[in-house]
Amino acid sequence: MPYDEALERFEPVLGLETHVELGTNSKMFCGCPTTFGAPPNTHVCPTCLAFPGALPVANAVAIESTIRIGLALNCSIAEWCRFARKNYFYPDMPKNYQISQYDEPLCFDGYLDITVEGKTVRIEIERVHLEEDTGKSTHVGGATGRIQGADHSIVDYNRAGIPLVEIVTKPIEGTDRLAPEVARAYATELREVMRSLGVSDVRMDQGSMRCDVNVSLMPRGSTEWGTRTETKNVNSFRSVERSVRGEIERQAAILAEGGRIIQETRHFHEDTGLTTSGRSKEEAQDYRYFPEPDLVPIAPDPAWVAQLKAELPELPSVRRARLQAEWGVSDLDMAAMHNADAFGLVEATVEAGAPAADARKWWMGELARRANENGVALAELPITPAQIARVTELVKSGALNDKLARQVLEGVLAGEGSPDEVVEARGLKIVNDEGELSAIIDQVIADNADAADKIRGGKIAAVGALVGGVMKASRGKADAGRARALILEKLGVTE
Amino acid sequence: MSELIKKTAAELGSLIASGEVSAVEVTQAHLDRIAAVEDRVHAFLHVGAESALAQAAAVDARRAAGDELGPLAGVPIAHKDVFTTTDMPTTAGSKILEGWRPPYDATVTRRLREAGLVILGKTNLDEFAMGSSTENSAYGPTHNPWDLTRIPGGSSGGASASVAAYEAPLSTGTDTGGSIRQPAAVTGIVGMKPTYGGSSRYGLIAFASSLDTPGPFARNVMDAALLHEAFSGHDPMDSTSIDQPVPSVVEAARQADVAGLTVGVVKEFGGDGYQPGVLARFQEAVELLESLGAKVVEVSCPSFTYALPAYYLIAPSECSSNLARFDAMRYGLRVGDDGTRSAEEVMALTRAAGFGPEVKRRIMLGTYALSSGYYDAYYGSAQKVRTLISRDFDAAFQHVDVLISPTTPTTAFPIGERADDPMAMYLADLCTIPSNLAGNAALSVPCGLADEDGLPVGLQIMAPVLGDDRCYRVGAAVERAFESRWGGPLLSKAPAL
Repeated sequence: MPYDEALERFEPVLGLETHVELGTNSKMFCGCPTTFGAPPNTHVCPTCLAFPGALPVANAVAIESTIRIGLALNCSIAEWCRFARKNYFYPDMPKNYQISQYDEPLCFDGYLDITVEGKTVRIEIERVHLEEDTGKSTHVGGATGRIQGADHSIVDYNRAGIPLVEIVTKPIEGTDRLAPEVARAYATELREVMRSLGVSDVRMDQGSMRCDVNVSLMPRGSTEWGTRTETKNVNSFRSVERSVRGEIERQAAILAEGGRIIQETRHFHEDTGLTTSGRSKEEAQDYRYFPEPDLVPIAPDPAWVAQLKAELPELPSVRRARLQAEWGVSDLDMAAMHNADAFGLVEATVEAGAPAADARKWWMGELARRANENGVALAELPITPAQIARVTELVKSGALNDKLARQVLEGVLAGEGSPDEVVEARGLKIVNDEGELSAIIDQVIADNADAADKIRGGKIAAVGALVGGVMKASRGKADAGRARALILEKLGVTE
Repeated sequence: MSELIKKTAAELGSLIASGEVSAVEVTQAHLDRIAAVEDRVHAFLHVGAESALAQAAAVDARRAAGDELGPLAGVPIAHKDVFTTTDMPTTAGSKILEGWRPPYDATVTRRLREAGLVILGKTNLDEFAMGSSTENSAYGPTHNPWDLTRIPGGSSGGASASVAAYEAPLSTGTDTGGSIRQPAAVTGIVGMKPTYGGSSRYGLIAFASSLDTPGPFARNVMDAALLHEAFSGHDPMDSTSIDQPVPSVVEAARQADVAGLTVGVVKEFGGDGYQPGVLARFQEAVELLESLGAKVVEVSCPSFTYALPAYYLIAPSECSSNLARFDAMRYGLRVGDDGTRSAEEVMALTRAAGFGPEVKRRIMLGTYALSSGYYDAYYGSAQKVRTLISRDFDAAFQHVDVLISPTTPTTAFPIGERADDPMAMYLADLCTIPSNLAGNAALSVPCGLADEDGLPVGLQIMAPVLGDDRCYRVGAAVERAFESRWGGPLLSKAPAL
């Protein structure tokens, strides 16, 4: 069912569960390293492989990071809480239970304010808890890469035991047609918070940030929530938005025909923007949670928590308000930058020395256009904020004009090197050499005798054609203003 | 038979340190004894003669080089096959780990090596330490040296039998519900369950994490104290390990007096279900303590009555989760992996083939007890009972220094008698379980032979958490008084093998 029609008939309720891999040096319960991309099964030990007799020891840095995340999300911090075992069998989970937290999360009852279309929306946080990641299964031989139809599976336990923070929202109601944008803005803002805290590299493409998106619909006017689905495999912010939209359309179509929504896990497909059915949750899996007897309870000293709170870095929303004031940008422009995921890029460009207005102009103009043409995110363009800053510097110094600057950007994006290298290789510097410019002008005057005569005769407006000729002959590298002045001088005309 | 095997560990240690005998001689004497009796006792699952002799030779070399040796350097020990060892297989008495060679040493193993103890081999046990008779071992039962038709207790039955049969002067055990004290009692030797967290569980294959406690077996209290000190103490690899100094148990064993102490007799442990000969010997122990200057009072611990059912919810619950890792994926047995079956099918087939009936029974009990909708009624209630039991202990220790009871309601029963009756089997741990639930220290020392069957009876001495030294102090006093009455250790009355 088309989105607009779906929204006329139904009201969506969202919920997001976000997993963030912490960037600690060692795993959650053992000393193994956590670096991404090591050869399979090289970052393993008796504990994270669940060898008989091996025991977990909790990573103190991970506990501290989780408390800092909780504080940044305005949560209460538990005075006393325990880890719990979540029991289920799966080949990539070495112990066949995951050490997680159940009814005693480390952080609870917080919120995160986000901005969508200029409006502030408060997303309430149910809980933030600490757990360990599983290993990674690769299913070989099937068409889909999923376990169904695969010949065999191989397991890499490097990821098993990496500290994972789960952040769960309370049900988000009242988003109306903005549900997809709210989901995206929440995920984006959450990433910004994680970045500002420095607790994770929050790379959705590498799986260090993963969003599970819960969606349900209720008929307009109803207050009773519908059955929800949980969409996994959502690997980018754009996909968060698309998956919500797609799921609203899918569920609305089923409900409109009198069907019922099956409570299940669904898999998002990047290529189609659609979800397909995964594991049914109709018969709720019984995880047989119980307090982890191998670990002692966590009882953070309130004075220490207070200190962590006092030492929190400036949070992104505060930072944005400050920068907006410093840059003198309108709310609308801020929103535009945010929606384009350009804010961080602009900020970095300003930090690299560019004037805010220029930084914003390039990212939101030329570069946004090119990203859009190529169907990639701004951040994915092969150009850095420092390079943009260099280009603005060259323009400011008069070495480039805007037209040349665009050609420089084109060169950088095409992989021709740094801005200076592109300028050099393409010979894009403005012609400031008076002798060279003078020779070009002499030639243009000679080639356009009629126009020159008209100017001599006082028809100064005709100088435009000669300036155009000079720009053409110099392939855009001449300083147009200087060329105009020289032409008039040579023709003995004063304005 | 070499006279060396009858010596105490302390004596052997000083003989080796002084150079009067070599560690190699001592080790060889015990290997010879093992070779002579093991076909009847079956205390060991693995004997590492070569590595034992090499370890002994290393101790001799250190002595020759002028190194100062610890009190147990060169003394042989039998190691329960539930601790990981890099140089010997580790099976936990289960088919599912048959032939598994761990890539790391348990902390207890490492500390034995550091103390210069010579590990003779790995002892038999009920599969995954679940049982009270070693009949649940996948590799056949161990026999009680007092009467080969009877059980040596369990789960550390290989450990108790090896010491009682003079195959080793010392052995390690683990006690989850009585698995050190009950085997010690029924084989006439000393066995100690330290305070929970006093000895490291790292490398101890888990049965029930919140209860499992490594501890020593010996033929006398002082030897047990020496071994206790050798492997106990804080271990950063075990989060539940207590970061405090080990109570001075050797000093306490030396002190061996009870004058001025108040001893509480647990009222709930006696009467129906207890063998008359056990109660008679226990009564004698009470009178003995009084004669030694202790004040004896009766103490009621009403919650102890619920200890057994609470234990049989908590221990199976934890085990159902702890044993989930045996899934054929990374180590151990793998059944049905013929390329046509899914990982889940191979897991199921492996677990069906690899676990014995008692292990399966407990996994099922625990899985059920933790299930949604039943958790509060079973696991939750059991945890409440656990708290009440701790409170009973706390209240009692306000008034008494130690509590005493028979270690077990009966003497060693015949092999096979209770094999098909789990409830009867579970009753063997009636008196020992409360200290596992509360985590406090408890010792079993011999207190005579039951009149009916001439088999050993144990006296259990319980002390508060971290009061391990009190167990040794009282235990050593009782031992000294009894041995002067008996004219030697109780074990000297055992028939020759």
